[in-house]
Amino acid sequence: MNRQMSTAVDIRDAVKTYGQVTALQGVSLNIADNEFFTLLGPSGCGKTTLLRLIAGFEEITAGQILLFGQDIARLEPNHRPVNTVFQNYALFPHMSVLDNVAFGLKMKGVDLPSRQKRAGQVLEMVHLSQFADRLPAQLSGGQQQRVALARALAPEPKVLLLDEPLSALDLKLRQAMRVELKQLQEDTGITFIFVTHDQEEALTMSDRIAVMSNGTVQQIGTARDIYEAPVNRFVADFIGETNLLQVDVEANSEDIAIVILPGGHRITCPSASSKTGKHHLSIRPERVTIADTGNLSATVDRVVYLGTDLQVIAHLDDSQTVTIRLQNAARTAPPALGQRISLQLEEGAARLLAD
Amino acid sequence: MKGVRHYPGFLPLTILCLIVLYAPLAVVAVYSFNASTSITQWGGFSLRWYADVFTGAEAERFGQAAWNSLTIALIAATTATAIATAAALAMIRGGPFRGRQASFALINLPLMVPEIVIAVATLIFFSTIGLTTGYLTILLAHITFCIPFAYLPIAARLEGIEGTYEQAARDLYATRAQAFRLILLPLMMPGVISGWLLAFIISLDDFIITNFVKGAGMETLPTAIFGSVKQGIKPNIMAISTLMLLVSVLFVTAAYLINRKGQKTP
Repeated sequence: MNRQMSTAVDIRDAVKTYGQVTALQGVSLNIADNEFFTLLGPSGCGKTTLLRLIAGFEEITAGQILLFGQDIARLEPNHRPVNTVFQNYALFPHMSVLDNVAFGLKMKGVDLPSRQKRAGQVLEMVHLSQFADRLPAQLSGGQQQRVALARALAPEPKVLLLDEPLSALDLKLRQAMRVELKQLQEDTGITFIFVTHDQEEALTMSDRIAVMSNGTVQQIGTARDIYEAPVNRFVADFIGETNLLQVDVEANSEDIAIVILPGGHRITCPSASSKTGKHHLSIRPERVTIADTGNLSATVDRVVYLGTDLQVIAHLDDSQTVTIRLQNAARTAPPALGQRISLQLEEGAARLLAD
Repeated sequence: MKGVRHYPGFLPLTILCLIVLYAPLAVVAVYSFNASTSITQWGGFSLRWYADVFTGAEAERFGQAAWNSLTIALIAATTATAIATAAALAMIRGGPFRGRQASFALINLPLMVPEIVIAVATLIFFSTIGLTTGYLTILLAHITFCIPFAYLPIAARLEGIEGTYEQAARDLYATRAQAFRLILLPLMMPGVISGWLLAFIISLDDFIITNFVKGAGMETLPTAIFGSVKQGIKPNIMAISTLMLLVSVLFVTAAYLINRKGQKTP
């Protein structure tokens, strides 16, 4: 996929306040054409607000939203060439599935035969052709979800907005839909902006992810970027599991640092800032092994059996807690409670954060 | 836990309440078919009083009154429903605005103010602005007091409709007007129809306010019945009352059925 091709959505310093409450405080984002872009964050982080600003359901307080170069931030929703898949689907209950899917085309003034043909094609795309004459209430949750998708895709929007569309489905269906959504995005070539609080959903489908918190973007990157190279404590903690250790930073450049671990060992690790002093080190639990001569010593507090993995919770000599994950395939016996162990940080296990 | 049905004395109390509520209605309905001119003594089954209503001495008076009642109820219910629909949209879809709480109180106040007070106030108002009492003043008064009755089912229905339907319509290139006409109004319809039926019934059987603002010579069915009863109750009154009861029951049943149908496809 050619990222440099063109920018689909360019958000510049978007601010949204509700009275005294600031929902978005100056968000800037670039979303490329043909990209599957995810806004990820906990509830209340501003991700849905941002999506609603793009759709036009909320008035922007300040800033610009450019869609292929045109500022749409102050247009009515019906004048924006974007369509939305709602969390609760919002299918029109008094219309058949076919009429629901054809609604956008009807409003655009497409004549009856053309719009029925197009609606039929889109329904086929989501495997629902045989349900065209049903009412939405006569479909299962998963089927309604597909109708919502078909309805939003039928008018061929330039950007498709998806507001946690999978959250109402059960786990198996959700997992199947992830694959299908990604496939659909690749087939149609439409830019998808997907909002979710589910990191697994974000990691499996997205080309790029924006991690949001408190109305600001914390980090933008590929799934690998944000997992392997989180910039701050929020991102490191929100994406996957991590250990946040307080360490002394002896030397720090833009991207590499020398830190002193608890116990006195020095290691070199990638860094997200150039500051020295006391900072947090993120250590991924699965990148730590028990070795004869490692660079951290700890005492085992608890061993939890997780099937494929063993989780070992231990405390360092300065009483900070670390959690590590060992593959259950190891031939060696698991450590015993109270045992002194030496931990070896593997390549890429540790990363110095900006805060 | 035992249900309320198992409390001692529940059954007799229930039966007593039902008798107090419905026995008079049953008596009126049964005696409307009485062949005798007495209103207390049964003289066999007959439809003579129904015939009397349509052809007897008072037939013309009742006919005109019924026509007035019907046209007033139709116009008042329709106008009140339109106003109540607009009010419900403003209150529930208008977002927060200054005086929202006060507006809500103003819309519903007529439900709590004693009817006689409204009747007196309305009459004083009409005479102050120099409006001659008659058909028009009855109509205006009816439109006014029907609004809260129409408002209640419409607002209840609208509150149950999520805002995302209109957003979805706007998102799919519908203008504000199209989103209302094609999506919101059809979804509101069961509430609108119940509101209309309720307003219609309330207007049809109103007596107190109508009696104050009707003016000389103008009658609606309730005031005509009252006028007739003042000279003694004749069985033809029972026939008219039974017919009105029938109309009311039909309308209330229709309102109930329409609401129930609407709830299945929210």
